[in-house]
Amino acid sequence: MRRSMLFLPANSPNMVVNGGVLGADSLIFDLEDAVSPDEKDAARDLLRGALEALDFGRCERVVRINGLDTPYWRADLEAVLPLGPELIMLPKTGCGEDVRQLDGALTELEDAHRLTPGRTGIIALLETAAGVENAYAAALASPRVKALFLGAEDLTADLRCQRTKEGAEILYARGRLVCAARAAGVEVYDTPFTNVDDLEGLEKDASFAKGLGFTGKACISPAHVAAVNRIFSPSEKEIEYAREVFAAIERGRKQGKGAVALRGKMIDAPIVARARLVLKAAAEMGGEEADSDV
Amino acid sequence: MSKLCKTLREAMERAGLQNGQTISFHHHLRNGDYVLNMVLEAAAAMGLRELTVCASSVFDCHRPLIGHIQRGVVTGLEASYISSAVGKAVSQGVLDKPVVFRTHGSRPADIMSGKTHIDVAFLAAPSSDPEGNCSGKYGPSACGSLGYAFADAQMADRVIVITDCLQDYPLAGASIGEELVDLVVKVDAIGDPAGIVSGTTRMPRDPVALRIADLAAQAIDAAGLLRDGFSFQTGAGGASLAAAEYVRRRMLEKKVRGSFALGGITGYMVDMLQAGCFQAIQDVQCFDLKAVRSLREDPRHREITAIQYASPWAKSTAAAHLDAVVLGATQIDLDFNVNVHTDSDGYIIGGSGGHTDVAEEAGLTVVAAPLSRARMSIVVDKVLTVSTPGSSVDLLVTQYGIAVNPGRPELRAALQSSGLPVKDIRELRALAEAINGPAAPYRPPRKRVAARVLGRRGEEQDAIYTVQ
Repeated sequence: MRRSMLFLPANSPNMVVNGGVLGADSLIFDLEDAVSPDEKDAARDLLRGALEALDFGRCERVVRINGLDTPYWRADLEAVLPLGPELIMLPKTGCGEDVRQLDGALTELEDAHRLTPGRTGIIALLETAAGVENAYAAALASPRVKALFLGAEDLTADLRCQRTKEGAEILYARGRLVCAARAAGVEVYDTPFTNVDDLEGLEKDASFAKGLGFTGKACISPAHVAAVNRIFSPSEKEIEYAREVFAAIERGRKQGKGAVALRGKMIDAPIVARARLVLKAAAEMGGEEADSDV
Repeated sequence: MSKLCKTLREAMERAGLQNGQTISFHHHLRNGDYVLNMVLEAAAAMGLRELTVCASSVFDCHRPLIGHIQRGVVTGLEASYISSAVGKAVSQGVLDKPVVFRTHGSRPADIMSGKTHIDVAFLAAPSSDPEGNCSGKYGPSACGSLGYAFADAQMADRVIVITDCLQDYPLAGASIGEELVDLVVKVDAIGDPAGIVSGTTRMPRDPVALRIADLAAQAIDAAGLLRDGFSFQTGAGGASLAAAEYVRRRMLEKKVRGSFALGGITGYMVDMLQAGCFQAIQDVQCFDLKAVRSLREDPRHREITAIQYASPWAKSTAAAHLDAVVLGATQIDLDFNVNVHTDSDGYIIGGSGGHTDVAEEAGLTVVAAPLSRARMSIVVDKVLTVSTPGSSVDLLVTQYGIAVNPGRPELRAALQSSGLPVKDIRELRALAEAINGPAAPYRPPRKRVAARVLGRRGEEQDAIYTVQ
């Protein structure tokens, strides 16, 4: 389960070493924007050492490499791939071809290091106007693509508009990404909320993103992780309802009924699918729901 | 004859200060204090020698003390805390006679019992009247509580009040009364306000400190202490300060009406008082301006003496009523002994202050610290200096998990049943070593004792040796 994805600058030892205890579901070790050009080597070395020596517990390990238009991305991949990060985040994904280029490089490296072919997934970071428009194609360009990810800061620069707290300027991009990701059958993650101290603003922004259909949200501060996890977790009410759905189906089956109603509404396939997802997420959160019949 | 003296020197002469005597100071002006330096300068000018400085704490602003030691003006030093500037000189053997460390509770206890005799006490007073009725609550150098100065004022042969804010007689709201004061001196400034108290105490933003603080608050909750009547103390920095914020959130969520907050007081404790988390604050020392203002204006915020705070011989103390305390550590060992005196190279960088006192007295003593600092593991096989014995420490909370003192199996069970990440302290030690690599422990050559660390009841608890 991925609700919160926490960015950690790969050149900050304190953040990298303690990444595993900050509560995030995924850690994005950043070799790109957080690291100045003259520190790229040092950051790669530190990250290699950390991935080799440290246990990040249940956290998924994602590495944001530098963009394909830079001289760094191949060296980034060569440094980290042998250490088996689950996902590579590709910044400034513009089209399906970008994804295929990364896919090719990953295939070569997996082969060279005798890693299971295709084991490394891709998260496409869409942060340009072209990227947003080509999101669906990018999602379908390789079976490695597990998720789309919206990067609103660069996007608004490309759109030539102001980034605002309310986010009207990124509403279209948010909707388009959710739609493209769901159509392609992959997950979709929302851009981070950038004001570290505004926890109220974060709650609103994250709740809004959840309402649009996002799977989770990135965090640029560990202080945001707890709220994002909470908002993107199924609520007690949702879990209770999902359980009732399966209980009603079971009762219907025993009574030989074809169609079953719950709280005055017919249980149809989408309701069952949603209930299944809720119980799966609840089970992954480690609660007693793990026993549920799903 | 008027108590008012024109100069500090006149006051010292009238007090009859002699070679070889003991002079005392309190540390409420913290790193902004001018008084200790101005007294020693005057003593040097008077040609005095072989004085013993008995201070509740010594800060980096007291660096000139080193020169006075080198010139023989000062030959003895006793304190509860000595920060790194003077600490380094002491560790390098600047004094022939070992420094004596007492806790914040045992220092006034020894003064009251006569074990520590003070010839002349110097009271830095942010406001005073000409008879010596004085207070820390008013004036340009306001520091709030004068808690550590009361025993000195009561027991010293002579008491000199030094103030930069002379008020008309009688000073209403005075903490220390004229009946104890021999002489009063007005000076231009007793301290630098910027170093006395911080304007506001800021919550740390270090995510690791916040994670530790969150776990510490969860542990206090899991121990069943967050109920009406709860009393609490915490430090003013890092994870211990942040713990106040997480405890506050839990208290408000559970609508707990606590009893009191204790100790060195920050604005965070004042916020908790105002939010209804506590009915009172018992304040031996203020750390920021918000605390000073609250002490001045809110009758629920009460100044207490160091004796009432934590003297082991008092009939009862605030510390003994304490449910939970969150404290820091430089090192903690496999037996839960805590070092807050020396760094990993053996240099003196602090002292117990009230650490040892409240750790022993509180119902639940939580040590909150990151597993490592600058690649040095906090958890070690044996601490370099035993500041607080492990028998007083119940929990070590790090970002990687919580170790429970084996003497508290019921606490371990409570934490485990709340789903907290309970680990053996040896596990944490191994984890720190896996992350940082093994460190060769520093073992000072045990040739010359630089400082004696006394336990709460005057016992020789440990010795700090000179660093070669």
